[in-house]
Amino acid sequence: MENLAAPQFSPDLVRLKYLATKIRMAIIKMVHQAQSGHLAGALGLADLYTALYFGALKHHPFDPNWSQRDYVLVSNGHTCPVWYATLAEAGYFPKVWLSRFRQLDSPLQGHPHFFPKIQDETEINQPVPGVENTSGPLGQGLSQAAGLALSLKRAQKPNVVFCFLSDGEHQEGQTWEAYMLAGQYHLTNLVPIIDHNNIQISGRIDQIMSVNPLPTKLRAFGWDVWQINGHDQLEFQKAIRLIKAGVRRPTAILAETISGRGVSFMENKFEWHGKIPSQAEAANAITELTTQLDNLNYDPHST
Amino acid sequence: MTLIQPNFTNLTQGPRDGFGAGIMVAAKQNPRVVALCSDLDESVRLATFAHNFPNQFVEVGVAEQNLVGVAAGLALGGLKPFAASYAAFNPGRNWDQLRVSVCYSNLPVTIVGGHAGLTVGGDGASHQILEDIALTRVLPNLTVIVPCDAAQAYAATLALVDHSGPAYLRLSRVDTPDLTDGLNFKIGQAQILRPGTDLTIFATGVMVAKALQAAQTLQIHNLQAQVINLHTIKPIDVTAIVRAANQSGVIVTAEEHQIYGGLGSAVAEVVTQNLGHQITQPTVIEMVAVNDCFGESGPADAVMEKYHLTTEAIVAAAEKALRRRAQL
Repeated sequence: MENLAAPQFSPDLVRLKYLATKIRMAIIKMVHQAQSGHLAGALGLADLYTALYFGALKHHPFDPNWSQRDYVLVSNGHTCPVWYATLAEAGYFPKVWLSRFRQLDSPLQGHPHFFPKIQDETEINQPVPGVENTSGPLGQGLSQAAGLALSLKRAQKPNVVFCFLSDGEHQEGQTWEAYMLAGQYHLTNLVPIIDHNNIQISGRIDQIMSVNPLPTKLRAFGWDVWQINGHDQLEFQKAIRLIKAGVRRPTAILAETISGRGVSFMENKFEWHGKIPSQAEAANAITELTTQLDNLNYDPHST
Repeated sequence: MTLIQPNFTNLTQGPRDGFGAGIMVAAKQNPRVVALCSDLDESVRLATFAHNFPNQFVEVGVAEQNLVGVAAGLALGGLKPFAASYAAFNPGRNWDQLRVSVCYSNLPVTIVGGHAGLTVGGDGASHQILEDIALTRVLPNLTVIVPCDAAQAYAATLALVDHSGPAYLRLSRVDTPDLTDGLNFKIGQAQILRPGTDLTIFATGVMVAKALQAAQTLQIHNLQAQVINLHTIKPIDVTAIVRAANQSGVIVTAEEHQIYGGLGSAVAEVVTQNLGHQITQPTVIEMVAVNDCFGESGPADAVMEKYHLTTEAIVAAAEKALRRRAQL
């Protein structure tokens, strides 16, 4: 039996924190270099993405189409800097690609695109290894994930489909159409991961258009909800382990996160949803993250 | 040529019946074929399919955005989905999902839009979608097919199983004369249903039968109209249009759709872009379509008549086009 209650600051946790901090630095660099993109959500998700790709997910970065893999789909495509940075860190594609985020002829589009096969010889139309779906317009991802999960369930395959969603996109009706269907078809192989940071472009979600209380609403749609601290990576991994071990009803992970996490002047500020940092702001953010990295005293070559 | 002698009066089946029969054969031949529906399985002729192939059928409920999203997901899982509802909602309601979840990823999803056009009749303007061809033919990667009869809808359904990209299959509610035997159907290849050298009528869907009847009337006046069934709106058969323009310089288009953005526009785009190049003579076009307005409730035939989607309207358009051409 695994020890589910792993001690704090285990070597595993230090490694996850180290990777998440590196990914945050990559996110800052990508958005600053591109002079466009979305920072706050991406920074807030870094702990979840790291915990998922480095320990919880069944996958082979060097064989992205491995038939036994767990699928990761993203519905809130604007947060893709965290997806790209995590995939690069995991080895899906070279990190040098990140410097061309949102640039002409780059496969790393401002919102992720997926192709089942090479469209043509141009670089932009090459599939991005690890990217499993196209997203951008909010509300579409969970439907795609539900369809994929249904196809796997009917084929009696054990693969699990994870789908990242933002809390704001629960204002989209389609999201609830997808929950309804997944509840009806009892898709226990579908695991929505909701980034509950309580902000959207123009302000606090409860002020713009409240989606709360999400757990009550989800339960009414046939779901169970696992509420976690979205920055507690071990708690997140534990939730995934238990859901994968088998659940009675489809189960969503509601992760309480802090937007802009890791950069003090960006945390919990909706203004940083799509704002581009100045040269000084980017430098300050990198300095802060470098300090965090140093304080971990982690040697990536030690293990 | 696959012309059969049509019986224009005793109608027993229409394009949706052809789809319903075709999808059954497709599902039996290919376990990857799945059909999705938004609580309209009888109307889009999927009820028997749902009964016979429960593991290849997905009832999505009245949620057309989800319908297309789930279809995209099934395609991600390696399946070959046909997502059916009324055209007013599919693609009328879910164009964004079609654009992003399906077309951008070039996924092999076919969306099936039933009850398209004025011939839905009594349901009225809200359901009589006349804008769907315009909506769909602007989408990259998307193939747009409007079968003219049951046999063609059957053939198109089977052809789309082997088609590698996304497609829109537009179906009418009404029964139609049997104009084709379904053989020789090829996506993107227009069908000459009647030869003629004085002018060409390009028609699609339920207007193909009316175009053939109009050609019969024109023959009485000693005018030989060629009738071409443009069952594929996208990719459009450029060769057929160029050939017709070079033959007579007189083109009439006929469609159960708004005059803007549909078949007529597609033909005009080809003509204007090839004049002075592939097309070597002045060419005029008259369009028979709904003139930028909404329809209304009524028996299908009566509504079609009131909005001038008739054999007589095609004859009049042909005569006008010939007069215009003579002025050049």
